[in-house]
Amino acid sequence: MVKQIVFAIALLVTLGVFTYTVLRLISFFRFTKAGFPISDFGKRTRVMLNVAIGQTKIFRHPVMGFFHALVFWGFCVIIFGSIEMVIDGLSGSERSLKVLGGLHDVIMASGDVFALLVAISIVIFMIRRIFLHVRRFEGIEMKKKSHQDANLALSMILLLMISLMGMNAAYIAFEAAEGGTVYGVYPIGAILAPIFSGLAPQGLHFWYEFFWWLHILLIFVFANILPYSKHFHVFMSVPNTFLSRLEPLGKLTNMDDITREVKLMLDPETAFSAPAGDVPVARFGVKDVEDVTWKNYFDSLSCTECGRCTAVCPANTTGKMLSPRKIFMDLRARMKEKGPGLVKNGKDFTDNRSLLRDYISEEELWACTTCNACAQECPVNINHPTLIVDMRRYLVMEESSAPTGLKTMFANIENNGAPWQYSPEDRLLWTDNLEMNVVK
Amino acid sequence: METKKIEVPVMADLFARGEKPEYLFWVGCAGAFDDRYKKVTRAFTKILTHLGISYAVLGKEETCTGDPARRAGNEMLYQMQALQIIEILKNYEVKKIITICPHCFNIFKNEYPDLGGHYEVINYVQFLDQHIENGNIKLDATMLGNTRITYHDPCYLGRGNDIYAEPRSILKKLTNNYVELERNRSFSYCCGAGGAQMFKEAETGKKEVFIERTEEVLRSEAGIVATACPFCMTMLTDGLKYKNKEDVKNLDIAELIVQVMEL
Repeated sequence: MVKQIVFAIALLVTLGVFTYTVLRLISFFRFTKAGFPISDFGKRTRVMLNVAIGQTKIFRHPVMGFFHALVFWGFCVIIFGSIEMVIDGLSGSERSLKVLGGLHDVIMASGDVFALLVAISIVIFMIRRIFLHVRRFEGIEMKKKSHQDANLALSMILLLMISLMGMNAAYIAFEAAEGGTVYGVYPIGAILAPIFSGLAPQGLHFWYEFFWWLHILLIFVFANILPYSKHFHVFMSVPNTFLSRLEPLGKLTNMDDITREVKLMLDPETAFSAPAGDVPVARFGVKDVEDVTWKNYFDSLSCTECGRCTAVCPANTTGKMLSPRKIFMDLRARMKEKGPGLVKNGKDFTDNRSLLRDYISEEELWACTTCNACAQECPVNINHPTLIVDMRRYLVMEESSAPTGLKTMFANIENNGAPWQYSPEDRLLWTDNLEMNVVK
Repeated sequence: METKKIEVPVMADLFARGEKPEYLFWVGCAGAFDDRYKKVTRAFTKILTHLGISYAVLGKEETCTGDPARRAGNEMLYQMQALQIIEILKNYEVKKIITICPHCFNIFKNEYPDLGGHYEVINYVQFLDQHIENGNIKLDATMLGNTRITYHDPCYLGRGNDIYAEPRSILKKLTNNYVELERNRSFSYCCGAGGAQMFKEAETGKKEVFIERTEEVLRSEAGIVATACPFCMTMLTDGLKYKNKEDVKNLDIAELIVQVMEL
């Protein structure tokens, strides 16, 4: 009974802190703009199954992708064991999902085997991070804290897996010593059980309880650290793929505000029938966090800083300042900075700083070729180029700021309908003396 | 060999005569003004004529789609161009558009519908592949002497619109020695000119993007690098010049077909 009460308190604290964090994030979302509507559930489900569950984009790097997929699929299986532990903890029963019979055996066996596979993968990740110089883990946005963040998450997952395997091994050893029934199948636990040989049943029970509590408390702590770390992607990435932008990568989002203005300009007649302009016109493009869409912010929370986007960026790989990963890390950091002020003081709150310039420089934004390599690569379907173009929209339409070459190009299109200075009268010069062979 | 003069049909003239072509051939600014790329427009026009396709160009009525302005952030200018063009196309009752430039293709296909411009948009690579598949265009893989050919994916055909198979299918019928670049298909590496980079100086860095890609082309040891975009062509041709490797030819897919068909 004492165990149940302690467990219930731990669970309540976990859920309480988690709810606080989530509500705080939701309050930040209130200050973002509407994005695309969420429809087409069938297609969204397919994208999620493909990209998240199937790990198809992770596998674009086949070797490391394989180890990540093991970790992900392991989590998917092990979570059923964690649910069982919560039920056990609250009810005081043991291995409560045993009512599932053969299915319980399959779940437990795969969880046990995956614990080892995940542990091995995590060790490989740690060796790569700590001892090998992997270029995509570096960059101006990768501060000391980013690396600590990554190592903390990996260490915690490793401990989670060790405690799980220890728990299973001690469970088998204990039941064997007691002559009790083992519910579920534990292939790795069976191999590890002899570690505890020579211990009395009380000792075995202690170790079982020890690993049980260690494992579940680590889960509770981990769940509450995640939202404050880049590893929030554990929660966010699957929904983020479900909420993917479904349009072709080449497509930019239309600005309907501009359409209204341009239609007025092209056809002044409609100006009289249009409603009076007493609605303040929203800012064009993105300058700060309140100009981004909810999806941009969702993307930023899903980013785990893997750097696959930056590693394929033509600007970044040729030494320019732009790093697509940094754009989303900056958005997340800026919301963390400004969000509380917005919540407290309302949408007009200003701290005289902005995402543009205080975080992201114009030089970064102008270096993008909109080639979409970053968006193609992102394992959780973050779309970087649309946000970069939205920031360019602010620069051009609100500040008339653009590199000289682009200003000339704008002027040419306005004056002579081509990005270069050629007269429309010359548009058919290419047809002069055009002859072809007559093929029999 | 016997030759004939091609009279390129212009939409306004056809309409004055009460005729309506099946396709609008969108030439694009590079296709009309860039000296090197005009040759590609001419090559594709020969193929259109050879196939007896019912088409017309807008000629002097054509104007920029607004793509470079849009990607540089000037949504206002883009929409002014787009709404004007949609009006012109409405007057000519245009239903089908063929483009060469992938940027024009992308904007007509994906972005004009948001402003009320709905068309069946076909990129010339898809169009050519179709006519090769149904036998209207016959290619002989030995005509180019089995030159090693490689292909640079334009971002707005490839990643932008998932067109990877058609150009490869064509090139493999033009040579028995087709090779891929190290980074190809969805992994392809930009030429450096997209997103309006074509019209500005590159930001400071340690290398130019087009040099990086040109070096990859050279590593493939191909005799011809085929492209399907005016900007990619400018960048790679410049890259080859810069590297003093002008023996490696940068040709458009349409030009290669015209060579083989001896049009």
